Amino acid sequence: MRKTMTSLLAGIGLVLACGTSVYAQEKELTIFWAEWDPANYLQELGNEYEKETGVKITVETTPWPDFQTKAFTEFNAHGDAYDMVVGDSQWLGAGSTGGHYVDLTDFFNKHKVGDVMAPATVKYYAEYPGGSSKYWAIPLEGDAVGWSYRKDWFEDPKEKEAFKAKYGYDLDVPKDFKALRDIAEFFYRPDQKKYGIAIYTDNSYDAMAMGFENALFSFGGELGDYKTYKVDGFINSDKAIAALDAYKELYKFTPPGWAKSFFVEDNQAITENLAAMSMNYFAFFPSLINEASNPNAKNTGFFANPPGPNGDQFAALGGQGISIVSYSQKQEEATKFLEWFIKDETQKKWAALGGYTCSAAVLKSPEFQNATPYNKAFYETMFKVKDFWAVPEYAELLQQLNQRIYPYMIGGEGTAKETLDALAADWNATFKKYGRGQ
Amino acid sequence: MATTMITTLDRSSRAAARGLSDISIRNLFIIPTILFLIVFNIFPLIYSLGYSFTDFRASTSAAANFVGLQNYRDLLSDPYVWSNFAITAKYVIISVAGQLLVGFGVAMLLNRDIPLKGLLTTLLLLPMMLSMAVVGLFWKLLYDPSFGIINYALGLGTFEWLSDPKMALYAVALTDIWMWSPFVMLLSLAGLSAVPKHLYEAAAIDRAGPFYTFFRITLPLVAPILMIAVIFRTMEAFKTFDLAYILTSQPTAELISIRLYKMAFQEWQTGRSCALAYIVLIMVLAITNIYVKYLNKVKER
Repeated sequence: MRKTMTSLLAGIGLVLACGTSVYAQEKELTIFWAEWDPANYLQELGNEYEKETGVKITVETTPWPDFQTKAFTEFNAHGDAYDMVVGDSQWLGAGSTGGHYVDLTDFFNKHKVGDVMAPATVKYYAEYPGGSSKYWAIPLEGDAVGWSYRKDWFEDPKEKEAFKAKYGYDLDVPKDFKALRDIAEFFYRPDQKKYGIAIYTDNSYDAMAMGFENALFSFGGELGDYKTYKVDGFINSDKAIAALDAYKELYKFTPPGWAKSFFVEDNQAITENLAAMSMNYFAFFPSLINEASNPNAKNTGFFANPPGPNGDQFAALGGQGISIVSYSQKQEEATKFLEWFIKDETQKKWAALGGYTCSAAVLKSPEFQNATPYNKAFYETMFKVKDFWAVPEYAELLQQLNQRIYPYMIGGEGTAKETLDALAADWNATFKKYGRGQ
Repeated sequence: MATTMITTLDRSSRAAARGLSDISIRNLFIIPTILFLIVFNIFPLIYSLGYSFTDFRASTSAAANFVGLQNYRDLLSDPYVWSNFAITAKYVIISVAGQLLVGFGVAMLLNRDIPLKGLLTTLLLLPMMLSMAVVGLFWKLLYDPSFGIINYALGLGTFEWLSDPKMALYAVALTDIWMWSPFVMLLSLAGLSAVPKHLYEAAAIDRAGPFYTFFRITLPLVAPILMIAVIFRTMEAFKTFDLAYILTSQPTAELISIRLYKMAFQEWQTGRSCALAYIVLIMVLAITNIYVKYLNKVKER
């Protein structure tokens, strides 16, 4: 009998052994982020913090496609694997109402974070619900969608001459959406394996939405009213319809097979000599000025998202704020780290390492703006950005947008008006389901 | 009780010397396995059935409300879900039929005395040993219109395999056929080599033609094992996720498992996705049952 018991216990022990975790070090903080260069820069910044305070910072990463899933799986399980998370701006609603994020309003007011960081970053990376003055994150990595282009193609005298003859104005960085379209058409030469433009089309997460928003906001359109959740007359307004048609028009001039493209493909369009212009987040531009990763580094230029027909100029917001996870056992340590992070000298270090600081003072400084070829465009963009819905059900809204816009953009089904009317109906139904507005 | 059915160890055996009886082995290996099954399979299965009747969302702290059959009603009246099912059905038919044709065909070719037969069979099995995600990534490169080797080899120019809404599903099915035909081939080979040689000799004496021999001798005798291959492949094809998810994001190639994944882990509509998972489970069970019935009939013959 005893033997039976022992082996039974051994068996159960075996089961348990697989499930127990190793206890973490007392003085250690874990930050969860997606796997990309800025996360490496944050790790370097964390190393500085360790030197100063002795608290070890570990930045844990996962590839972008699982980032959202993995983070929320951990939140939903109330796990304390991560003390802080650098979450997407759309997560604020789910993170705050779900009880996953620690309320940082007092921290915000005490340290006047609202004055330290650029206003748009506070509004979109930290506050939820919009206009409530309740804050859940500290703006960490500013980001928005901008454009890179091939300077050598643009500056070729022969091309300049041919362009002027065809369109009646000089070939230069596009000054509006019409010029963007003309230049894309001008460089679209499938017989030479050269194409006009690379845009976002992937419909698995927010790529398609970000690309379309770039057109929508610059055309003066809106997704809806963020306070009343009214979408009729916004997302299906004439301006929005014109914007969708303008974005679809650009798809004609993309390289072949451009139906599932996001940041990787769009940077490839420049490095592989495929396209004259390419849309991408600023966060992916450092690798374009690096000769090791871009053979055309010397010939790559950058510009901010151009204005639409009425002169409105906006861009879709990317970027993230850092939040303290409410299930963390080390919230006090984490708060200390954030206090250190918002200091001016830390923000300067962060920018020098390659991070896109949100600190208004650093952004405005000439040394920051002249540090890289794209920092000036970044500075200009960060003061005119808008973002997607941040409500907890944002993923459903995103899926509905993908579901409606993708078949129109790529498959050519229906018209822009039908597409956006249907999207407005979907969004109305979703908002109704969750009892918003009405 | 189970103990009475277990024979005791031979006292002189090594296991007995080490002190491991059958009962201890049962406790050490079987009980943990059953515990694992109950904890990670059976319990979630029943638990999620409960969730499928609620509006539960795992991403919020709001309590789950009982909504009855609302989730099922909504799902079954959602045209997008129906289109996902239609796409999945089309995919299963193309992919399983293709694998059957290619796999069985290759098995017929291999079912004779040829030099290096063993090596050849092993090499042909390689695709099946790769991970689905890796196959997906490789084929994405192969299909690429700008630098992909398939267009280059076939002289198709910039034919868009994955970004053409009409072609995407076929391209995914083609990859699946490439990957899983070897599985059908392996089973068919086993079946073919079990067909008694004297039947062919008798047919040859009666001057039966090759078609007659094939349809009257080979096929009926291999049918049961082919049916098993079809059951396995249908179940797998129904569940295909990684391959299609990596290869394309065309709505025309959005299989039901992709919709389920998005609903469950991107939108966190936990209750509704549980309901959809149950609908899929019932469908797979029903289809498999039809096959099993048919398999039993074939076996009886």
